[in-house]
Parts: sequence; structure tokens; C-alpha cells
Amino acid sequence: MGELAAEKHVQFILSVEKKKDSLEAVAMEHLRMNGAYWGLTTLDLLGKIQVLALFNKIDVLDVDKVASYKQIKSKRNKKILLNLIFNSDVAALQNKDGSFSGDMWGEIDTRFSYIAILCLALLHRLNKINVEKAVNYITHLNFDLPMPTAVFCCVGALAITGSLHHIDKDLLGWWLCERQVNSGDILIKSKAKPGGLNGRPEKLPDVCYSWWVLSSLVMIDRVHWIDKEKLVKFILDCQDIENGGISDRPDDAVDVYHTYFGVAGLSLLEYPGMKALDPAYALPVDVVNRIILGK
Amino acid sequence: MREREMDSDEEQLWVPFKSRPEWSDVIPVEQDDGPNPVVPIAYKEQFTETMNYFRAVFKADERSPRALQLTTEAIGLNSGNYTIWHYRRLILETLKADLQNELDFTDQIAQINSKNYQLWHHRRWVAEILGTNATSSELEFTKKILLGDAKNYHAWSHRQWVLKELGGWENELDYCQELLEEDVFNNSAWNQRYFVITRSPLLGGLTAMRESEVSYTLKAIVAHPENESSWRYLRGLYKNDNWSWANDPQVASVCLKVLSANNDCIFALSTLLDLIRHGFQASEELRDAVDAIRNSNLVEAESDLTKTICSLLEKLDPIRVNYWKWRKSILCEGAK
Ligand SMILES: [Zn+2]
Repeated sequence: MGELAAEKHVQFILSVEKKKDSLEAVAMEHLRMNGAYWGLTTLDLLGKIQVLALFNKIDVLDVDKVASYKQIKSKRNKKILLNLIFNSDVAALQNKDGSFSGDMWGEIDTRFSYIAILCLALLHRLNKINVEKAVNYITHLNFDLPMPTAVFCCVGALAITGSLHHIDKDLLGWWLCERQVNSGDILIKSKAKPGGLNGRPEKLPDVCYSWWVLSSLVMIDRVHWIDKEKLVKFILDCQDIENGGISDRPDDAVDVYHTYFGVAGLSLLEYPGMKALDPAYALPVDVVNRIILGK
Repeated sequence: MREREMDSDEEQLWVPFKSRPEWSDVIPVEQDDGPNPVVPIAYKEQFTETMNYFRAVFKADERSPRALQLTTEAIGLNSGNYTIWHYRRLILETLKADLQNELDFTDQIAQINSKNYQLWHHRRWVAEILGTNATSSELEFTKKILLGDAKNYHAWSHRQWVLKELGGWENELDYCQELLEEDVFNNSAWNQRYFVITRSPLLGGLTAMRESEVSYTLKAIVAHPENESSWRYLRGLYKNDNWSWANDPQVASVCLKVLSANNDCIFALSTLLDLIRHGFQASEELRDAVDAIRNSNLVEAESDLTKTICSLLEKLDPIRVNYWKWRKSILCEGAK
């Protein structure tokens, strides 16, 4: 079995950062914030930077400093950050039924429930919304299109609000652990060995589901129902050993997104030498402790 | 996630804004994050200039036909940018523009990337305003997208929204049928089928549909016992009615049929386990079928049928061995 090429992944992340003036980077400008999050968190999990150190040196809410420390020079991005953090609109986006809209146009989605609850929890402002209604909305959802990404948002929101007791953990755990691909045509198509996780039946396994499915399994304490060792192997098989980075499936092109989710998955699987990641907040545990518990 | 933006043909025809008379009064606004080390690519120039003019009209909150046209160009270059789409809606509202054009516009964007969140969000906004006038166009649009990508989550989600909000249920079950005839492993089509039989106001709900759906599903299972989706669908047909689940002889007999074909079918075994858990009494024939599989897999006999099934599943579904062990352990607790 291969090993984690941690040093290579660090170089890969740094090289992406340097390429930010490339054509691709310009076209994907709106994703810069995501990229910063994926890249920085990956570096932290690999023990290369301490996101916590950023928070220790500076006030968490001093957005200007955080932003400049992270080399996000654009004022526009700073403005977005400021809006995200200071705008009480996050709370105002809650609807009467407890759900959240993404913006003034009112699209409702569990993504927004999770994001709103996450933001407000990090800011110690959960009291600004009706948590009971938010939880009630999530627990009464009718999943017409069941997807692990939506499950993650729901389970994450419930975990952050201390409401996991609303979930039938055995039933959900079974549904989630069935996503580990064992055999069948799908494996032949994807050139992958057993062990990866997919999003829906008959879909190809994909490294990013090691985040969506796995974090949910960890939150409801059913991760021992899957074959962790095989999943570790699957993720390691998706590494570009030469140039760093992790792809969705073996032999595909790498990107920062899947590199983050692969590394995050390995952290949740307690791969040796990695920092622990909080499955609900999607941040390193020490960062969450500092922000939420003030430790 | 990677977007293919406009292709090179259109780039050739592009006229810079500074050379267009109708834009001569506008002073473009540069991005204010310092000097951008410029890579001299024609495409990038177009991108930068378009965005500079976009910033100018956005700042002035100009809601004019030319600003609308500008957003068309800007979205073509950068279809994931939320701000441009958002601004486009403001302009459309102000101009009270004909929203039929928006359907064509989003159609074109979908051809570039049908997994763009902004595109679907915009499409819903338009359909919401057009109301039932949009029902057939939206069903056709999603059908077209699903033809190229049968599992496109956004398209399914949009389609379900249309059905719930605007209607158009009449042919939906037939549509699912068609998709399943093409590919019986298409989980999205099974999923949609479930959506239709449980939600359509024309069909009378799950209980009314159960009989015909069960017989349809059993046929699909017998043809492809390895299809996770059809087993899952079958279980869904008895949602909140475990008594009927355990007491419908058809379910047990499909398990028997699959298992006695000496098929090491995980789904049949786990279905049987689930049936017994809800009170089903297994026949001699079923016990024999399980026993035969047990023998051929060299699994030791257990004190009762359910434990034997768990042991078999531990062997046949090794990736979830801990789950099946847990299932067995709670059986023991129940027996105490
Ligand atoms: Zn992926």
C-alpha cells in the first residue's frame, strides 16, 4: 500500500497559489475564497501551517487582519468576508418555517441551513436565530433526492446545535455505509479497487464522498461499519505521487478540491501523523476548540 | 468542477467595448486589487475589459438594455459569477423584460455547463414568474439535459420543483418508465418514479399504487437481482407499513426465487433478514435455499436462520462486516 505523499501535496497546494494569475484562475475568480479554505485547511491538517496560529495572534473578528494574513489582497474579497461575518443578514435569511434562504431571492436549501448555523456558531451568535425551528425544519425534511451532500448539511447542522438525538443513527448509518463500493460494474468502469464511497447507487466512487459520507458517519458514531482500511487505500490510490495533489478517482487529474477532501478523509480515518478534523465544523479540532470553547 | 467558457470562434468576432460607440460614455472600472501581472492572452483581455465595464454599470446601477446585453456577455465569460446573475435579474425586473428570452439564454449557458448552480437558480426564478406558462418548457428543458446526463442532480431537482409548483404530472410515470427501459440501473429514474407515485395528485398515493408498482419492481428484480436501486424501491413501497412488508407473500417469494437460483445476492439476503425482523416466518423452502448458499460459501451453521443470514452476509459483503456483526449481536440481545 502506498503512503501519503504529504510533502508533495504541500508543494501542489503552494504551486496552485502561485498560479493565481493563470487564465484558469481568472475565470474561476469567484472560487478564490473556496480555494483559500481548501488550500489552507489542507496545509494545516498536514501540519504545514497553523491556522490556529492566525487566530491566536489576532482577534478572530478582525477580518482585515485575517484576510491580509491569508494573502487575500483583493478588497472585494475582504468585503465579501466582512459581509459574511458582520452582516446580521445571515440571521435575517431564516424563514418562518425555520429554513434558510441563500439570498434575497429566496432559494431555500439545506446548504443554507448548514452554512447559516455554522457561521453563527463560529461567531457565538446562534441566539440570533430560532434554533428550535431550524432543527425542526431539518428533522421534518422529505428527501425527494437523497444525496450525501444534503445529508452532511443536515447532520452537520444538527451536530452543531446539539440535536443529533433526532436522528435514527442505525438507519442513517446503514444508508451511508451502503455507499462504500464493494463490487460490480462500477469498479470496472472506474479502474478502482473496492473501498471508495459513491454518492448514489450505480455512480462511480469519488474521493470527495470520503468527506460527505464519512464525516456524517463519524458524527453519528457509525464509522466502524465501513471498511476504513480499504477507504484509506482508495484515497491513497488517487494521489499523484510525482507532482502532488489528489484526484476524484485513480488516474484522473488532480485539483485542490479533491486534495482537500482526500486529506480531510484521511484525517477522519485517523491516518497517522495528521491533525484531527472536526466533522461538523469542517475545521481542524484545535481551531474549533479555540473558537467555540475559547481554549 | 471545471467550466468550458465561450469557444474561440466567438472570441474572434469580439469587439472591445472601448471601440463600441454605444459605450463611449462609460468609464471602465478596473479591479482594485493592485496591478495584475498580465498574461498576454487575447481571452484574458476580453475578460478583463468586460468585467471593467460590468463594474462601471454595476456601480452606477444602470438598468438599461445595454446593461442587460453586457451581463449576457459577462455571464458567457464567467457563468459562475453570482453577482452578474443577480444584477441581471434586477435589470430584467426594472425593464419588465420578456422572460421567454431568458429561457433561450439559460438554454445556451446550459450547453456550456449544465451543472452551474447560478444557471438553475436563474431558471427557477424565471419559471416562478412565468408560472404555468413555463410548465411544458421546463419539463422539455430538463428532459433535454437528462438525455445527455441522466443523473444530473440540478435537472432532477428543477424538474421536481416544476411538478410540485406548476404541475404537469400527466406523463411523468411514462417518462420514468421510458428511462428505466433504457437503463434499469438508473437510480435517478427509480428515484423519480418514487417521487411520482408518492406525490402526484393524479395517482392516489403510495397505498393505491402499491400493487401495480410491486409487480413492476419484482419483474425488474428477477431480471437483475444485482440492482441495488430496484430492491431499494421495493422497500420504499412499504414505507411506514412494516406489517404489509412482512406479510406480503410476493416479497418473500422474490427472495426465494433469487436465492434458489443459487445466487449469492446480498440484497435478497438482507431483505429476508429485514422481513424476519418485522415478523415474517420463513418457509422450509426459504430455509433450504439459505442453507444451500451457506454450504456453497463454507459458512458454518448457526443456531437460527437470522444468525445464519448475518454470518453469510459477513462473508459475502466483507466491506460491511462490522455492520453485519452488529446486526447479529442485536439479535442475541433480543433473544435474551
Ligand atoms: Zn468529487
